[in-house]
Amino acid sequence: MNDFVIETHGLTKYYGTREVVSPLDLAVPRGSIFGFLGRNGAGKSTTIRMMLGLVEPTRGSATVLGQDSRSLTPELRARIGYLAEGHHVYGWMTVKECGEWQSRFYQNWNWGVYNGVVDHFGLNPKTKAKGLSRGERAGLCLALTLAPEPELLILDDPALGLDPVARRSLLQSMLYVTRRADRTILFSSHLLSDVERVADHIAILDRSVLRANCSLETFQDRVRQVSLKFPGTPPPPPAIPGLLHSFRTENEMVLTIANMSPETDRILRSLNPKSIDPMPLGLEDAFISYLGDRGEQSFFIPDAEDAA
Amino acid sequence: MSLEIQIATGSSTPIYWQIVDQIGKAVESGAAQPGDQLPSVRALAERLVVNPNTVARAYNDLVRDGVLESQRGKGVFVAERRQVFSDAERRRRLEQAGDVFLHDVRMLGFTTAEIIDYLERRLSEAMPETPREVTHE
Repeated sequence: MNDFVIETHGLTKYYGTREVVSPLDLAVPRGSIFGFLGRNGAGKSTTIRMMLGLVEPTRGSATVLGQDSRSLTPELRARIGYLAEGHHVYGWMTVKECGEWQSRFYQNWNWGVYNGVVDHFGLNPKTKAKGLSRGERAGLCLALTLAPEPELLILDDPALGLDPVARRSLLQSMLYVTRRADRTILFSSHLLSDVERVADHIAILDRSVLRANCSLETFQDRVRQVSLKFPGTPPPPPAIPGLLHSFRTENEMVLTIANMSPETDRILRSLNPKSIDPMPLGLEDAFISYLGDRGEQSFFIPDAEDAA
Repeated sequence: MSLEIQIATGSSTPIYWQIVDQIGKAVESGAAQPGDQLPSVRALAERLVVNPNTVARAYNDLVRDGVLESQRGKGVFVAERRQVFSDAERRRRLEQAGDVFLHDVRMLGFTTAEIIDYLERRLSEAMPETPREVTHE
């Protein structure tokens, strides 16, 4: 059952004495849409480049489609689609010529997919790439990446700078690709609403440290907000493992907690509140609380199966 | 069946729950009738631009709660049973509606008796066939 297209083992990167990626153990399940999250400079792009063998790890290793990332063969590379940050294209080629040029590097090249994506983003095949808007250029790059029908698609911040319409097209294309159960997408993003829509798994890097690697559902289950109502002024917030955030009003105390357990429940009850009610918490708020300013990196959310 | 589902991202309500809630309401209001077929998981996921697992999870919950029924090889349909929410969920929704009502009404200065009178009259208009006798223990 445990079929992973990417696995990293203690993958570490230093630039000089600066640790960019702390020993990282990550597993990307086959068939998932895997959201790779973290603040700017958390080490996401470096991790992706190490996975692809474009950056040499300082320590540790990564396996991609079963092969060590330092020795990926051309055949294996052809099964990976990589959309780098920034969407670089040759400006003097037309949209169609870009496809023709790129197709020569691949044994598999599906013009149907290419034209489908080009069309989906509303591009004219005769337009020169330098005349395209940012969103259109993203569409072109996506078409170039998808046409070889890669088994594994790695998108580094694909939505950066896209307008809402282009972003929607991007998400639709991502869902379209994973219609086939053996296709996997790993994408990094800051747009949690996009992640919320399409991702089923997430990993969170926080200042080079992995803080979560689980299904989106598990993450939303594990980061909880509860409201405790009191007859009078609430007591000071209790010492609870995993407490991310708290605020108090006249007779209410609201706590955001990671990895709630029966023990947490016991502590909350010992405060003798009038009521304890779960409160809904959006992904963005959960994420911000999780990476909040407490400066602690002690909580880790593993997958539900691992925790059992 | 007219099934209008609107997904709001960035809200405090997870997407799967928005789907559960809106299908539940469509069934409750009669917009979706028993026997109506729902779009396939794949089709609804594409229409809403969300991960198919999210739709599958919503359908599973609704099947578990008896709102929908899954017929092998044919698809997912609105179930016959009209009671669409679990007891705990009915209770939760009642509390929620009550909170809103109390919050709005508190500053209007009516007496408790006036409010009860009003509610009884409205309830008998809105739900004439429901028994209204309350047994006090």
